This record gives sequence, C-alpha cells and structure tokens, in this order.
Amino acid sequence: MDLTFSEEEEAFRQEVRAWIPEAMPEEMREKARGAGGFTPEDSATWHRILHEKGWAAPHWPKEVGGTGWDAARRFIFNEEMELAGAPQLSVFGLSMVAPLIISFGTDAQKKRFLPKILSGEEFWCQGYSEPGSGSDLASLRTTAEDAGDHFIVNGQKTWTSYAQYADWVFCLVRTDQSVKKQAGITFLLIDLKSPGVEVKPMLTLGHTPAFCDTFFDNVKVPKENVVGGINQGWTMAKALLGHERTLLAMIGPSRNVLQKVKRIAASKTVNGRPMLEDPLWRAKIARLEMRFRAHTMVSYRALADQQKGKMPGPESSILKVVGTKLIQELTELAMEVMGESSLTWYNEGLCPPVEESIGPYFCYERAATIYGGSNEIQRNVIAKMILQLPSS
Amino acid sequence: MDFELDQDQQMLAKTVGDFAKNESPVARFRQLRDTDIGYEPAAWRKMGELGWMGVPFAESVGGFGGSFVECALIIENLASTLVPEPYLASVVLGGMTLARAGNAAQHEAYLTPMIEGETTLALAYSEAQSRHDVSSVETTATPNGSGYKLSGEKVWVLNGHHADHLIVSAKAPGGVTLFVVPRDADGVNVMVAKTIDGQKAAFIRFEDVTVDGDSRLGEEGSGAAVLDRTMDYAAAAAVAEGVGITTTMLRMTVDYLGTREQFGVKIGSFQALQHRAVDMYAETELLRSISIASMVRADEDDTRTRRADISAAKYQLATGGIWVAQQSLQLHGGIGATDEHDIGLYFKRMYALNALFGDQEHHVARFASDPTFAEVAV
Repeated sequence: MDLTFSEEEEAFRQEVRAWIPEAMPEEMREKARGAGGFTPEDSATWHRILHEKGWAAPHWPKEVGGTGWDAARRFIFNEEMELAGAPQLSVFGLSMVAPLIISFGTDAQKKRFLPKILSGEEFWCQGYSEPGSGSDLASLRTTAEDAGDHFIVNGQKTWTSYAQYADWVFCLVRTDQSVKKQAGITFLLIDLKSPGVEVKPMLTLGHTPAFCDTFFDNVKVPKENVVGGINQGWTMAKALLGHERTLLAMIGPSRNVLQKVKRIAASKTVNGRPMLEDPLWRAKIARLEMRFRAHTMVSYRALADQQKGKMPGPESSILKVVGTKLIQELTELAMEVMGESSLTWYNEGLCPPVEESIGPYFCYERAATIYGGSNEIQRNVIAKMILQLPSS
Repeated sequence: MDFELDQDQQMLAKTVGDFAKNESPVARFRQLRDTDIGYEPAAWRKMGELGWMGVPFAESVGGFGGSFVECALIIENLASTLVPEPYLASVVLGGMTLARAGNAAQHEAYLTPMIEGETTLALAYSEAQSRHDVSSVETTATPNGSGYKLSGEKVWVLNGHHADHLIVSAKAPGGVTLFVVPRDADGVNVMVAKTIDGQKAAFIRFEDVTVDGDSRLGEEGSGAAVLDRTMDYAAAAAVAEGVGITTTMLRMTVDYLGTREQFGVKIGSFQALQHRAVDMYAETELLRSISIASMVRADEDDTRTRRADISAAKYQLATGGIWVAQQSLQLHGGIGATDEHDIGLYFKRMYALNALFGDQEHHVARFASDPTFAEVAV
C-alpha cells in the first residue's frame, strides 16, 4: 500500500506548477489569484496556450493529439490547473463528445471534428434536457424525421450551457416513436449555424452566462452526423456518462475554495484577532477540510484503480454526491466567513477581488447537485446498481 | 499510489475474517459478555499461535516486523463479529507502548509472552481529570531506594480487569514516566467496570505500590511522548475497527431492507429508505478510505503528516461513522432497539470507539492547531 505519488510524478507536478504562471497572461493571472470570473474569451485563450504546449487534451489517446499521460499524471495535471485557479476549458467538446467520437465515431467524423476540438477552433455544447425531460431524460420529444439523406429536426433543448459561444451541439433526438422510449433515440451532431436554430441565453443564479435554451425549427441535419448508429443514442449517452463521473468529484475546485476561505479568514478580524486564529472559526474550517481529506482518499482509490488499468471500484459512484455537496458547503462557509461582505454583488473595487468572486460562485455551484444527473437520481442508481435494493 | 492489499495482506484479512465468522460468531460474544473475564484465554492463545499479536512488532521481540497496516486489518476483521479478545487493548495500547518505551530485557519479559498469547497487557494512562491529555497525570512515582513507590488512580483501563501486566503512567521527579506493574502486585486495587458495549475495563487504585528500577520503561520524563504516539496508533485502530463495524451494520441493514415487508412490498423499495442507505454507503466508504490513510500514516515519524490523516479519520468515525450506526438501528425499526438483535451491539461498540482516544472536538482542535493549517498563499 502506498499513499504517495512517485518521485517522477511529483517532479511532473512541479513542472506543471511552474509552467502555469509562466504561460498565463498577466491579466488572467490576476483573475486566477482573485476573483476568477473568466470570460469565455479567457477560456478560449487558455485553450490555445495549452494546445500550443500540447496539453489541451491529456485524456485523449496519443494518436489523436492526447499527451499519453497515465491516470496519475492526468489527475495531477487537473489538480494543479484547478489549484492555480486557471480557467476551465469547455468540457463539452474535449471531455464529452470527443471521447465518444474517438470510441464510436466514423473515420470521417474523427477527421472532421477532433482536430478543431483539440485546437479550440470549434466549441461544443450539450443538447440533452428538454423542458419536459429532466431526470426522465428518455422521455425526450425533440424529433429527427427521416428525409432521405438527412434528418429534419424539430423541438427545444434546454440547459444547453454556453450554446451562445458554441459552434456545434451534440443532441439526443427521437428517431423512432413506435418503440420503447430508450430504443428510439439517436445521438446527433448539429451545426448551430444551420438555418432554423435559435439560441436564447438565460442568466444563472450567479449571473454568469451559462445556461441557454436552443430551439430547432425544421433544421436540416445530414445523416453522416449520427454517432454510433440510428436508435443507438441511449447507449451512447450511457457511455458518455462514464466519462463524466471523475469530472464531478470536485477535488480541485474544493481545494481552491478551501484556500480562499482561509485567505479571507486570515484577512478579517474577530475579537481582536484574525479569524483564522479564532478557535471557533478554525474548528469550523477544519471540519470541512477533514471531510475533504476523506473525500480525496475516495477519489485516490478510483485513480489507483485506473492507474492499474482497472475499472474504478463501486465506491467511485459516491464521488459526485459527496463532492458536489462538499463544494456547496465550502462556498457557503466562504460566505459565512465574509460576514456582511457576503452581500456584495459584482461591485468592482469595493471588496477585495477574492471576496467579490465568492457570491456569484456560491450561487453558481447550487447547480452542482442538480446537473450531471441530480444527486437524487444518483442515489436511485446507486441503490439499485450497487446496493441492489429492490425496485418499487 | 496503490491502495490494494498485497497477497499476504489479503490472505491475513481473509483468515481473520473466516476466524471471526466461523469460530467467534456474535453469539459467542453474547455468551462471554456475562462472564467475569468477558473473553477466553484459550482463544487468545490460539490467536497467539496464529501469529496475529506479533504483526506490528520487530522480529527481535518475537514479532513479524510487519507494519501497522496488518495490525489494523486484523482489528477491522475481528470487528465483523465483535470478537471479544482484547486485541486493541493488549497489542496496540499495551504492546505498542512497551515496544517503543522498553529495553530488550523488558521486551522479553513482557512483550514476548503477550505475542505468544500467554499473557495480556493493559495500558493504565487515563485519569479522572485527564480527558485525552496523556500528560495530565496525577499518579505519582516517588523514588524509593533503587525503585519507586506508585500512588494514584487510573480509570477505564481497557482489559485492566484481567491483564497480567499493567503499563502505568506516573509523575516521577523527571516528569511523566511509564512503569510495568504486575496486576497482582501488592497495593494494586482493581475494580471491574462494565462498559456500554458489553465489555469490561477497570478502575485501578495504586496504594504505595513498590516497584524496582527495572520496571521503569525508558528514562524519567519520556512517558508522555511515547503515550502520544500510542494514542495515534490507538485512534487509527479504533477507526479500523469502526470500518469493520459500519461495513457490517450497512450490510445487515441492506439485507434487512431487502427482506422486511410492509404495505405488501419490501421496505427497501421505498425511495426514502434507498436514499438513506446510499448515504450510509457513502459515509462508510469515506471512513474506509480515510482509514486506509490513517493506518498507513500511523507508522510515519513526521508528526504533522501522521496526525492530519489520523485526526481526519477519527473525525469521520465520530461524524459519518456514528451516523451510519444511528441509521442502521433506525432502519431496523423496533427490533433494532432490543437486546435480542445484534445491530444494537455493534451500535454500542461504535459509541465506545467514539469516546476513546480523542473525541470529535479533540481531533478537530488538534487538526486546526497544526501550524500548516493556517498557512495560506496570499
């Protein structure tokens, strides 16, 4: 049993840690230290910088532009990026549709889509949920009607996050009404510049530009844009879900917020001394940090499995439920530590940048327990698949 | 990074687990809890023959030079059926203290026979006022010729009612010092104390007990540092035992949800109970994961590295672990609140583990007072 990263892995960590501030433009470094609040343009810039270094897609196979790193190096890389507060690259292309195209796409699809995802020339968004289909995703009603060599798509997708900045959307659409609901779904790639597509952005609780509604009105989509075969969409969606799980453990963001909590607590006083020296506040922070430690160990167990080329054990199923709750508790703690300053809402220069960043982020992360399969749905699945409790 | 047990460790875990299941089912614990000793010296000898007590000790004292990981695995697996033999009290508390503080002659006299299963040990460190502070010692060791005279009272000495040898902390002129005292020495007054978990401990009064210089472990004043280290081992051991207990309680509860019927269906089909069970699973896996960290770190000499994971683990036992115990009982319904059903026995043992070797507040405060805790990058 060995809890530590190897010397080579630690050396790799130092390499990444030293590279980030060198590579990051000064303006972005300031945001990383303080408020965050990266714009989609920042994210795109950072994407290009990473791409030049060859680090844009660590998790892809080397043949298509990945780094060839093993699971430990990928983990360290992500941890360092998140710890440094670097802008997150859009996951929809790099981490969601691309792995699916790599596994199930045609050669033509690989050639057409992967290079532009890798370089950041084309951004993607996800078209799964609909106004009437949230947790019960398979009930979706957006239709793709067979019109010979193409489909005609009609319907509405919601929570198509960042669609206003995206070039393409990957959708689940209904291609067969006559069969069981899961069996009539197809995974379809749609060019957002197609005639008949309309994107309407929606503010998140944190007033960040993320959510959108996307409408399809007789949109013509070539059949060659189907991934994995017609009516195979549900299988594709499940395969994609497996890629998502480790993204949702929130290890890096939690570590980042914990640091912010301490920075804020060190800068404020209570009873005549820094809050960070006050036993009650220290204890409050310590409790969450200890829980974070246990949570980190669960994800390390999953990582060590992957490192050995094995599927992560069943315990990895709890990472999303625990990790998203933890990031919410940490952002709440940050709000508490700020006291009255937690009232602040996008006032440039009024409070220190790190404090200005907390409120919107706290609000934004309320979605964490909802997206990626709500935590209630996660529990349903774990109860059946892992604990094998009886169905109702 | 590697969290898998090696082949020997897997074998050890399986052997201990099989022993617990086949030779010491919970029914055995029930029978023995009403006896004077509460366990069987014959079973202890057998555990000695199997080599389990020697696992964390060096070969020079009759041990096998393993690590604390093996020791924790034994504890975790013995917990699955509440095996009552005093492994934690004798091996971890008594043995680890003796191994660290004693010299070769003392190891041979007291540690070797314990490893062989011939004797048991107990650590008399806690006093009425001390509450997790091992340096709070009012028992005195007054120089007396070439030896000492011990006076004072120790409380909740685990296995103190039956141990052959007691390791006692007392304040000598040079500070807190450890001594080995036979339980049957003149002036050692043992009162048996029943504990909430169906086990036994002792309150022990030392009335001018004369010991010779050879029974002093290490230098005068060296005791607190050794005990501090022992407490970390003990906390990690309690967490490992908590893993064995919560894992068993979770399994029993999931089984119960899958068999008990009300309203014409299995109660495990109710979503409210399914979600509760999933959260219990999550807390159990958090405990197991941080327990792995704490058992590995227990042998670590660097205080900060060691303590961070051990405190985090004991904290998870006190929070998530205790919650699993509470919910296991709750989901068993009325039968869970009886002495007839085993679930309550595990429940009570969790509360004993929670109270020992530093409670939640102790470990939160310790974790938060580490200087690295307040180091922030500005």
